[in-house]
Amino acid sequence: MPGSKHSGGLGALGWCSLVWLLLVALSAATADLWAIPPFDRMDWDNLSARPGTRSSAVVLQTGADAEKRSYVYWLGTDTMGRDVVSRLIHGARISLAVGLLAPLIGFIGGGLLGCLAGYFRGRFESLVVAAMDVILAFPGLVLLLVVTFYLGPNLFNLIVTLGCLTVPAFSRVARAQTLVLRDREFVQAARLTGAGHFTILLREIIPNLLVHMTAYGLLAAAFMIMAEGAISFLGLGVPAPTPSWGGMIAEGREVLDEAPHVSMVPAGIMFLTVLAFNLIGDGLRQRKERRASQL
Amino acid sequence: MMSIGKKLLRFILVILAVTAITFLMVNILPGDVSYLIGGESATTEDIQDIRRDLGLDRHIAVRYVEWLGRMLGGDLGESYLSGEPVFSAILNRLPVTIELLVISQLLALLLALPAGIFSAYRSNGFTDRLINTAGFATISIPSFVMALVAIYLFSIQLRWLPATGYTPFWEDPVANLKSFVLPALSIALIEWVVLMRVLRSDMISTLKQDYILMARAKGLPPWKILLRHALRPSSLTLVTVFGLQVGRLLGEAVIIETIFALPGIGRLLITAIYARDYLMVQGCALLITIGYVSINTAVDMVYGIIDPRIRGARSHAG
Repeated sequence: MPGSKHSGGLGALGWCSLVWLLLVALSAATADLWAIPPFDRMDWDNLSARPGTRSSAVVLQTGADAEKRSYVYWLGTDTMGRDVVSRLIHGARISLAVGLLAPLIGFIGGGLLGCLAGYFRGRFESLVVAAMDVILAFPGLVLLLVVTFYLGPNLFNLIVTLGCLTVPAFSRVARAQTLVLRDREFVQAARLTGAGHFTILLREIIPNLLVHMTAYGLLAAAFMIMAEGAISFLGLGVPAPTPSWGGMIAEGREVLDEAPHVSMVPAGIMFLTVLAFNLIGDGLRQRKERRASQL
Repeated sequence: MMSIGKKLLRFILVILAVTAITFLMVNILPGDVSYLIGGESATTEDIQDIRRDLGLDRHIAVRYVEWLGRMLGGDLGESYLSGEPVFSAILNRLPVTIELLVISQLLALLLALPAGIFSAYRSNGFTDRLINTAGFATISIPSFVMALVAIYLFSIQLRWLPATGYTPFWEDPVANLKSFVLPALSIALIEWVVLMRVLRSDMISTLKQDYILMARAKGLPPWKILLRHALRPSSLTLVTVFGLQVGRLLGEAVIIETIFALPGIGRLLITAIYARDYLMVQGCALLITIGYVSINTAVDMVYGIIDPRIRGARSHAG
């Protein structure tokens, strides 16, 4: 697997991925400070302009007096003459918000359920497992489509729905790990010293779950970004004019033959971001497995 | 292993849950069909009349139970917009989706089997790592991007295949297959990775077994060992995953059918969602879920045929 040769760190690819993700996050956070046109500013003279096109009169979002300056569309413009760089950076906010917050819901909700089910076992465990099985029996994307449509397409609903859909998977990971952990020596030792259930869970079990869960969470983040892209691509994601990567890719479909960059640039950025999450998540998982096999 | 009774119970639970959820959601939300039919000039009285005609003024629970009863008789209601019965609309579109799923799964297997077998046979070799890296890259590409790249390469640049459109099989089989190549390929290029990975890891552990060593000691050629002795015991997880993938594919089909303008169930669902044609949405969601759960149950059964040990366990439990 790429980047797993050095047993110590992340490996070169892992570091590249981390740097890329930090760059995307930083751009998203500072989107309002850039000397770029606003994401919804249309330039009718430069529809679907190729990357590198220079325009003499563009209003930048930093210009307080709205003066027109010359500006280079480094990544071109979309079908309505809107700057692709600006839309990518603002779209990164949506993708990262979905990619990080949705798995967080699964992480906390599913993690807690799985951990409690694996620790206490008995009827509660059967109930949790059965409930999760029922949720898993739904075809995910179809359920997601139906739910987001009926609840109305906005960021909050999208994150909550996607988050709920990840709960079963996280709870399975947490439960499987807890089942192994609860019989280990250090947990028994804690039990013998008179520690209560709450203390054992909080101090012995949960800290040991975190690495495994985080590795899974990163892979889930990659998947969530793709799912959000698909929903936005179908026009059921965050409503216009707020840019999202999936929506940008969908807009470019009409001009795929003469201006492929309108679709392909956001597609490339999405690919790199998803790949980065996958690489780091997989690296972390392998490291954990190696360590477990050394024990 | 779950007993047959338990499986049946779970099956019914899931169906009830999916219908109840979609049914409830439609009724909580604003913007119902009566406004759409009435148009902008409709008065409150008009809307009331339309609602009464459609039976929307009665209690949700009554409508749900009624609908559930009719559903058991194969009557899923009618589309509010076209008046077409939901059941026959779905039946008409079903062959397209099935053809798409079958072709794409075959293509995925065609890629995954040789890749998985070979990378297990020479694990950690150059080809294995190359296949792995390629797999890693392709799972990071969402299907709609894969579809656009395929359209760009094969129909815009090379002009080999049509980008959109659909010809029924009985009119022109060749044109029909041609219209399925790109959609199926876009799905297969993503699905093969998961299949390849499970086959590879199962195959690697099978190849460590004593009877493989025995076969090798007898002097059997490698291909015979791989295909005759190692493939079948290594394909258990593959079969399960293959079944589970179908559910994901039903989701992918929605996107792929929309991009390539294939008149399948996915496209029917999306058009119904856009038009707020909620009986149609409900019917599609119901059918897709039933299909998914049935396939998964069937996969469990096939398991027993491949691995006699499970067959034995089942007859004791069941």
